[in-house]
Amino acid sequence: MNGAATRDLFALAPLIIAFPIMGLVINLFIGRRLSERWVGTIASAAVGLSFVTALLQFAALQNTPDGIRVMVADWISIGTLNISWALKIDSLSVAMSLMVAGVSTLIHIYAIGYMHEDVRLQGDPGRFTRFFIYFNLFVAAMMILITADNYLMMFVGWEGVGLCSYLLIGFWYEKGKDGIGNAIAGKKAFITNRIGDFGFLIAMFLIFWTFGSLQFDEVFQSAEGAGTTVLTLITLFLLLGVTGKSAQIPLFVWLPDAMAGPTPVSALIHAATMVTAGIYLIVRSSVLFALAPATSNLVALIGAVTALLAASIAVAQFDIKRVLAYSTISQLGFMVAAVGLGAYVAGIFHLIAHAFFKALLFLSSGSVIQGVERGLHDSGQTNHETFDPQDMRNMGGLRSRMKITFWVYLIGGLALAGIPPLAGFFSKDEILADASENSTLIYILLTLAAILTAFYIGRQIFMVFFGEPKSEAAAHAKENPPIMTVPLLALAVLAAFGGILNLPTLQSLSKWLQLTLEQVQHTEFNVLVALLSFVFALAGLAVAWRVYGSQRDAADPMRRFLGPLFDLWENKYRVDEFYDWLFIKRYKALAFTLAEIVDWRFLHDWVHDTLLARTFQRSTRWLAEGFDLQVIDGAANNLARLIQGIASRLRTLQTGYVRNYALSIFFGLLILMSYILIQFSS
Amino acid sequence: MDSTILTLVTFSPILGTLILIFLPGKRIKAIRWTALLTSIVTFAISLLLLSLFDPNDPDLQLVIRLPWIRIAEWTIEYHLGVDGLSLLLVLLTTFLTPIAILSSWAAIEERVKEFMVFFLLLEVGMIGVFLAQDLFLFYIFWEFTLVPMYFLIGIWGGSRRMYAAIKFFLYTMAGSVLMLLAIIWLALQGGTFSVPELIAQGGIPENIQTWLFLAFAAAFAIKVPMWPLHSWLPDAHVEAPTAASVILAGVMLKMGTYGFLRFNIPLFPNAAVRFAPWMALFAVIGILYGAAVSYAQKDAKKLVAYSSVSHLGFVVLGLFALNAQGIQGGILQMVNHGLSTGALFLIVGMIYERRHTRELDAFGGLWKVMPIYAVITLIVTLSSMGLPGLNGFVGEFAILLGAFGSPAINSAWFAGFATLGVILAAVYMLNMFQKMFLGRIDKDENKALLDLNVREIITLVPILMLIFWIGLYPKPFFNLMAPSVEKVLAVIQTATIAVR
Repeated sequence: MNGAATRDLFALAPLIIAFPIMGLVINLFIGRRLSERWVGTIASAAVGLSFVTALLQFAALQNTPDGIRVMVADWISIGTLNISWALKIDSLSVAMSLMVAGVSTLIHIYAIGYMHEDVRLQGDPGRFTRFFIYFNLFVAAMMILITADNYLMMFVGWEGVGLCSYLLIGFWYEKGKDGIGNAIAGKKAFITNRIGDFGFLIAMFLIFWTFGSLQFDEVFQSAEGAGTTVLTLITLFLLLGVTGKSAQIPLFVWLPDAMAGPTPVSALIHAATMVTAGIYLIVRSSVLFALAPATSNLVALIGAVTALLAASIAVAQFDIKRVLAYSTISQLGFMVAAVGLGAYVAGIFHLIAHAFFKALLFLSSGSVIQGVERGLHDSGQTNHETFDPQDMRNMGGLRSRMKITFWVYLIGGLALAGIPPLAGFFSKDEILADASENSTLIYILLTLAAILTAFYIGRQIFMVFFGEPKSEAAAHAKENPPIMTVPLLALAVLAAFGGILNLPTLQSLSKWLQLTLEQVQHTEFNVLVALLSFVFALAGLAVAWRVYGSQRDAADPMRRFLGPLFDLWENKYRVDEFYDWLFIKRYKALAFTLAEIVDWRFLHDWVHDTLLARTFQRSTRWLAEGFDLQVIDGAANNLARLIQGIASRLRTLQTGYVRNYALSIFFGLLILMSYILIQFSS
Repeated sequence: MDSTILTLVTFSPILGTLILIFLPGKRIKAIRWTALLTSIVTFAISLLLLSLFDPNDPDLQLVIRLPWIRIAEWTIEYHLGVDGLSLLLVLLTTFLTPIAILSSWAAIEERVKEFMVFFLLLEVGMIGVFLAQDLFLFYIFWEFTLVPMYFLIGIWGGSRRMYAAIKFFLYTMAGSVLMLLAIIWLALQGGTFSVPELIAQGGIPENIQTWLFLAFAAAFAIKVPMWPLHSWLPDAHVEAPTAASVILAGVMLKMGTYGFLRFNIPLFPNAAVRFAPWMALFAVIGILYGAAVSYAQKDAKKLVAYSSVSHLGFVVLGLFALNAQGIQGGILQMVNHGLSTGALFLIVGMIYERRHTRELDAFGGLWKVMPIYAVITLIVTLSSMGLPGLNGFVGEFAILLGAFGSPAINSAWFAGFATLGVILAAVYMLNMFQKMFLGRIDKDENKALLDLNVREIITLVPILMLIFWIGLYPKPFFNLMAPSVEKVLAVIQTATIAVR
């Protein structure tokens, strides 16, 4: 390939973003008149074309490994602030684009089948098109985030994906608790993310006033010249943004509630792609984080603690999707810990592997849920309102009824648990190896989290697929059509063989990312760590099998065993309640005090109506009754002289110019009107 | 053409009022169309003005300057001119007026003729405010706008309209009196009412600048309104008819922020620098206070009204950052607020016409019956809370960035706290959206509501287009204002160096 051809390929880069936008525009304007198949095909094709474009960029990069900046248009330009719509095509952004577009395409196809069913079960088929409009919008925003060449454009994608998340969590906005639960979950996600975005914004202000630019290359080039304090501040505020988007302590609370969205949304946005944006941000800014060791240590600690905390909660959940949600938080914690330790490649590797197996797990759980719902329908039962098709205590024995789903679920689950040679084994092992070399504390926390991970996913698989069906619905569950199972199989292949991306000694991903990242650590494959984590994973699964493998009733044996600890985990450490008490209640009380007492009763009623108006009325009464009657009347004797005096002065005003008269008429009117007004008001 | 265009754009609505006066009051249709066409013609003239405007020239352009009234050695002049500080506001005025008139199509059915006459007169006053370059002429336009707005609220308003109208009038008047005194002092000392000449003269002693600054600020701060002088605002908005609210929030509040920029900053640069942290302080209090109070409102219109206190806090913060990012962001944010809050008032008006209530609790689940209305509201809501890619973000970001590094404000804390307002904006706006559109549609009155009709969509679509345009490609807008803002900054620079 020659240089000109490479340039031509790079020139296509904006299409990565443009294709999904075209897809959504088409569906927005004519989607109503198209059949579901067409709507779904257009949306999937748009994302597929985006994937193809990303592949072309991959090809072009082989020739120009340093990457390129693709300018699209000016955006904001004020004084020294110059921000463009421009794309940064390098090995990092292309790796992310390929993953996002690839997984998105599969999930789009799956969603054609899933949403066909879902809109009918929920009773509003017209919403099918809307779903795909949002879905394409999400991909476009995610691509803006990934390919941006400056922080502000990245922020556009950053908040854009947040918006899509809001819209899709609240997709069934009239459903959920009290008919408003889903909408509230969406709002919670948006606002929690905005708290993180506050950090992102402050970080950008600091970056601009330190470096005079928001463009990645310009910032990173001069990063070494900046002081440690300001770099620590910048990275700390970025970290706040990361904890929002990637659901880490303290802002992780929105993600479990986000499961209110349809399952393809959980798979795509709340597992595979959007939530990894925080990790991407840190890796993108690795130059800054590397120069701020204090922040990096905090990043690693937050990641590791989140990983363990979320894994423990996942052990005690009964909703099939909630287990996966906490699992996602926990796995994101692994990635955050990795990038905090400076293991950027390991972080990205796990990010990609996790995207494969977690998307697979979520989509399979969606398959399970719809299988059970269909079973509920076929079993002729009428308890649709009270029956929860997501509660694992209603499942069991699905292994024989949904064979494909079972097998792919098993692959996803084992990959998550870290069983070799599946994708999760290699990627997680790389993180653990890095941790073992850098920080014993982090290593211990992550290992504990890994043991719990194997246990909770084993628990889930055994509760759902093994034993006897625990409800009529589960007994009548049926497998889904190929439009759903084929993407599952594709993801299963990726989850099984994704480890190839960065096998020990081969290190293909490391070499690829090294083209962009300066600080790439080479961690040797650590046989001891790998063996240990394999043994731990097996142990976790074995304990889960022992406890749940042949369970007959719905009661959880672990509750007896763990006692109050299980309750604490089931109630998610009561963090939601704590935040509600600490922030939400306080803010509500403050807002109502300000509005009702300070603003209305004090400022509006007392200051205005009482203080100002009444004082004014009193003084006018005094003027009228006291001053006017006595002083003015007393002066009446002098009136003649007064008039004479005034008249002689007024004479000078008679200039003969109409405009002067016009002016005096205007003032006369003004005075007259004020008088009338005052009369009205009193 | 060049010397008459400003006169033309200012007074062209008068021609419409002349026609209206001779139309019989019963011919409502003809009256409405006359008013609408007049305002569209005015808008067209303002576009012509835009085409004549040279964006590279920082000075006043298309100036017309004639002696008007002579008092002893002082001459009050008919002096109009436009530059980058005022051009966008003139366009905003001429853009929003036809939209507001169209929005009153169904809402105003009584005394339509008088309504339209006042509306067009109001437009004259507002354009005049933005174009006048003679302090006295400015003052006359400034006061003149009160009269039609007073009647618009007082005659076509809600149940407490008289109270609200008088309060609106008196508050603004009270501030203006101090400004008038300051104007007279300036003219006595400087020998002229001409704003550009006074700015060029400069050299007002610093202690006197302080007093003059405060006197002008009294008028403008009430108009904006800055915390804690906002008590007239919720009353005026709640009682005003929709069209008047659109103009009141969309344009008239900007007369205050524009006043700061046109008069306070360049006329009293040393005082402006000195007061910058204080202005920032009150602005930030306004941002947070307005956001919190908005959240607690039960009436949709009141919620939007209080949100203006918050939004205009951003504008004031930007202006007194006294750097390019802050001021340009501030000017753009004036436009943005005019668009998004104007649209929000239209939106609230539309549901009020259907349900005759604005209580948030009376709605819920409206998306299902009014999908077009819901989607448009969502876009405007997002614009108002500053979602990147839409207009509000560009202005807010520039303001906060400017304020963060502003030497005049001299502390990043102000911008830091102001940025918290971004979170709070999401809280109150999403809360309103949820209460109106999400959840089950559980009230019978709401089940048969009709979605927007063509006229209503036409009133909103132009605003939506600008929301996207400014959000994605604000360059042409910044280009129009940049040289004039640089000039203001140069004035500050010179003045502060002179002091040192």
